[in-house]
Amino acid sequence: MYRYDEFDRKFLEARVAQYRDQVRRRLAGQLSEDEFRSLRLMNGLYLQLHAYMLRISIPYGTLSSAQLRGLAHVARRWDKGYGHFTTRQNIQFHWIRLEDTPDILAYLATVQLHGIQTSGNSFRNITTDPFAGAAADEIEDPRPYCEIVRQWAALHPEFSFLPRKFKIAINATPEDRTAVKIHDLGLNLRRNEQGELGFQVLAGGGLGRTPILAQTVRDFVPRRDMLAYITACLRVYNQYGRRDNLFKSRIKILVQALGIDRYREAVETEFEAMGDERAALALPDAAVAAMQAQFAPPSYPDASDDEADLTRARAAEPEFARWVKYNVKPHKAAGHAIVVVSLKRHGKVTGDCSAGQMELLAELAERLSFGEIRITHDQNMVLPHVRKSALYDLWLRLAAAGLATPNIGLASDIICCPGLDYCGLATARSIPISQALATNLAKREEDIGPLQIKISGCINACGHHHVGHIGILGLEKNGAESYQITIGGSDGANAALGTIVGPAVPAHEVAAAVDRLIDVYLRLRRDGEQFPDTCRRVGAAPFKEALYVAR
Amino acid sequence: MNDRTFQLVTGNRLHDGRVVYFAGDGNWTPEIGKARLVEDKDGAALLAEAQAEPPPHPAIGLTLVEAVRDGDRVVPVTLREQIRAHGPTIAYGA
Amino acid sequence: MLLDRNGTLRPDRWRHLADDEAAIDGEAVTVSLARWRAESARWSDRSAPLGLRLANDVPPAEIANALDRLALIVLDFPRFTDGRAYTQARLLRERYGFAGELRAAGNVLRDQLLFMARCGFDTFEVDAMRAQAEDWPRAFREFDLFYQPAADRREPILWRRLRLRQSAGG
Repeated sequence: MYRYDEFDRKFLEARVAQYRDQVRRRLAGQLSEDEFRSLRLMNGLYLQLHAYMLRISIPYGTLSSAQLRGLAHVARRWDKGYGHFTTRQNIQFHWIRLEDTPDILAYLATVQLHGIQTSGNSFRNITTDPFAGAAADEIEDPRPYCEIVRQWAALHPEFSFLPRKFKIAINATPEDRTAVKIHDLGLNLRRNEQGELGFQVLAGGGLGRTPILAQTVRDFVPRRDMLAYITACLRVYNQYGRRDNLFKSRIKILVQALGIDRYREAVETEFEAMGDERAALALPDAAVAAMQAQFAPPSYPDASDDEADLTRARAAEPEFARWVKYNVKPHKAAGHAIVVVSLKRHGKVTGDCSAGQMELLAELAERLSFGEIRITHDQNMVLPHVRKSALYDLWLRLAAAGLATPNIGLASDIICCPGLDYCGLATARSIPISQALATNLAKREEDIGPLQIKISGCINACGHHHVGHIGILGLEKNGAESYQITIGGSDGANAALGTIVGPAVPAHEVAAAVDRLIDVYLRLRRDGEQFPDTCRRVGAAPFKEALYVAR
Repeated sequence: MNDRTFQLVTGNRLHDGRVVYFAGDGNWTPEIGKARLVEDKDGAALLAEAQAEPPPHPAIGLTLVEAVRDGDRVVPVTLREQIRAHGPTIAYGA
Repeated sequence: MLLDRNGTLRPDRWRHLADDEAAIDGEAVTVSLARWRAESARWSDRSAPLGLRLANDVPPAEIANALDRLALIVLDFPRFTDGRAYTQARLLRERYGFAGELRAAGNVLRDQLLFMARCGFDTFEVDAMRAQAEDWPRAFREFDLFYQPAADRREPILWRRLRLRQSAGG
């Protein structure tokens, strides 16, 4: 994992001092709310329905045990004892006081955490595969590149006042567990025919009001030119992105308006003109190697891949077997496994984690996962390097703390935004819907198999509903909450946007409607087909009909 | 429930972000029951009165809220304002 | 009121001519881009200092050939959230080699001054009403370490640590 050096520490100290003074000036009336809003947003501080909300960056979803303990401390001391993990691998605290935030950020700086790049019209968290460094299918660990981009982007003087937020994702596997196609800029690490490393660069993806999938700007940018090429993409956006209409200011609108060919032309022209600047941004191999050294794999002990004990334990305890089946993933090192920690306990709030659970996970990570934890973009956590021989004991500890629901990838593993219960932008509640669906589907979710349900409480789509196998969007109709359902979306390598299947329904009808849709899938699916495959094959008609008939 | 609507002013307290209501005379209260209620036609004037404060104003994001009386309770018309008045509708804290 | 890169208040010797205003001989004046183009012969002969006021949607390439005639370019921040002039400034400085004074005007607030300075701005037009209250020099000193290269040519952390490591024989 990346460890701060004196530069990083001094930089963060300066940032905390700057913010402390800004808060002082605000509380003294020297800064108006209009002027202060951008400044607090650039440190992750929002105003929501009930209080300020502080979003802390978890760079590319990687945390150390010390950092997780730090977050638990913030939850206990300055919030209501819990935090919420988001679809961008960050954490949110929902009950924050403005006057406490300088102290909170000063405290977090001591564990290398901050709220930079979590809001504002600039770079947001650079996200990646939660299994990075542990999965067998990656070309290379993408995280060193994420960290290089994160630093280059930190308080970038030219790009701190973009037309709108800018989300970058870096992926290094064919499966794409990072959803690059729904990002403003996506980088797919790859090798060219000469075996050299570089990136396929995609731009213009995003959900929200106008969901669009990213398109390829260039098939191969040599690794050395990564930062220069990103600069060219950003510079075109900064100059030509719309600033007259908040709802049309993302880069996806610019790419759509120009067409990918003209956007590409503008980027390539800018890149060609960069000259000396390109040299100043060139990434020497030594810089990459130095960063990669920070992410060197742990020294795995010789661990047997012998599964006899595991097999015995699974046979003896069906609950454990179930957990291994769904929550444990293969690891590239012999005798090890990737463990997904489910934050989707049936009936609880998706993505929420108590201070006590955080402290437990910090301790378990220290003992069993080389002190490392990951956050996924579907609001679960990961212990990335667990010895298979430790799985049973780990499961017992997790189960006792409500962190072992065997549902990863199943119907109750729902992505759900905070919605109208917390968020000032929401048009409807989302959490009660997710709870109703999770409890209703729990009994048959194994029979259903993999199913991704995603719920957003408004059109901004923080719950990624457009790319859910079943997506639910909370709207408002005549003062009452009303839910629009889509089907057939997906967010991986074969990303697709869902289609609407009928008029919006009131809250109390959502669970039954989803049941109907799943029944159609179960009736029509062929061997091995997941929900979006069946949708693609049979079309929306059978699904629409089932909902119509039911009404 | 009486269908006659009233106006009140709400915002979030600057220093801690908590929901507050204008109680009149430069005072702000976290309890909606103590909010100053006026007839619909007097809403704009109430908002102007609530906004008149030298910087730093103790509350931000001031808006008018429509509400009805239900016995001695004050009930906002929108779900959003009901949630602001009484907190999240779900049990939070994992 | 005009600030320099140290946060010190400076007198402004420039007069910003409206499109229909006459210039006095020998006066340092700025004109709009439209006027400069419309009356280009007149302005190119001038020996007194000449400045240009550029809207923030004009590509700097359009004036790249004329930079040696300009002593001042004023760039605009219509709202502090509109960051197009940061790009204009960098291109004028770094790509087209503009060596004169680059000035930030419009909604120029204390908390953006360091970003502006890093993008190549020399002077900053700030609101006279706030001139007394603000600690301007402090705004320019809030950070002395930066991760990325910019117009100010300070060595970015990204490369500095690599250089230090290499010179230590690492």
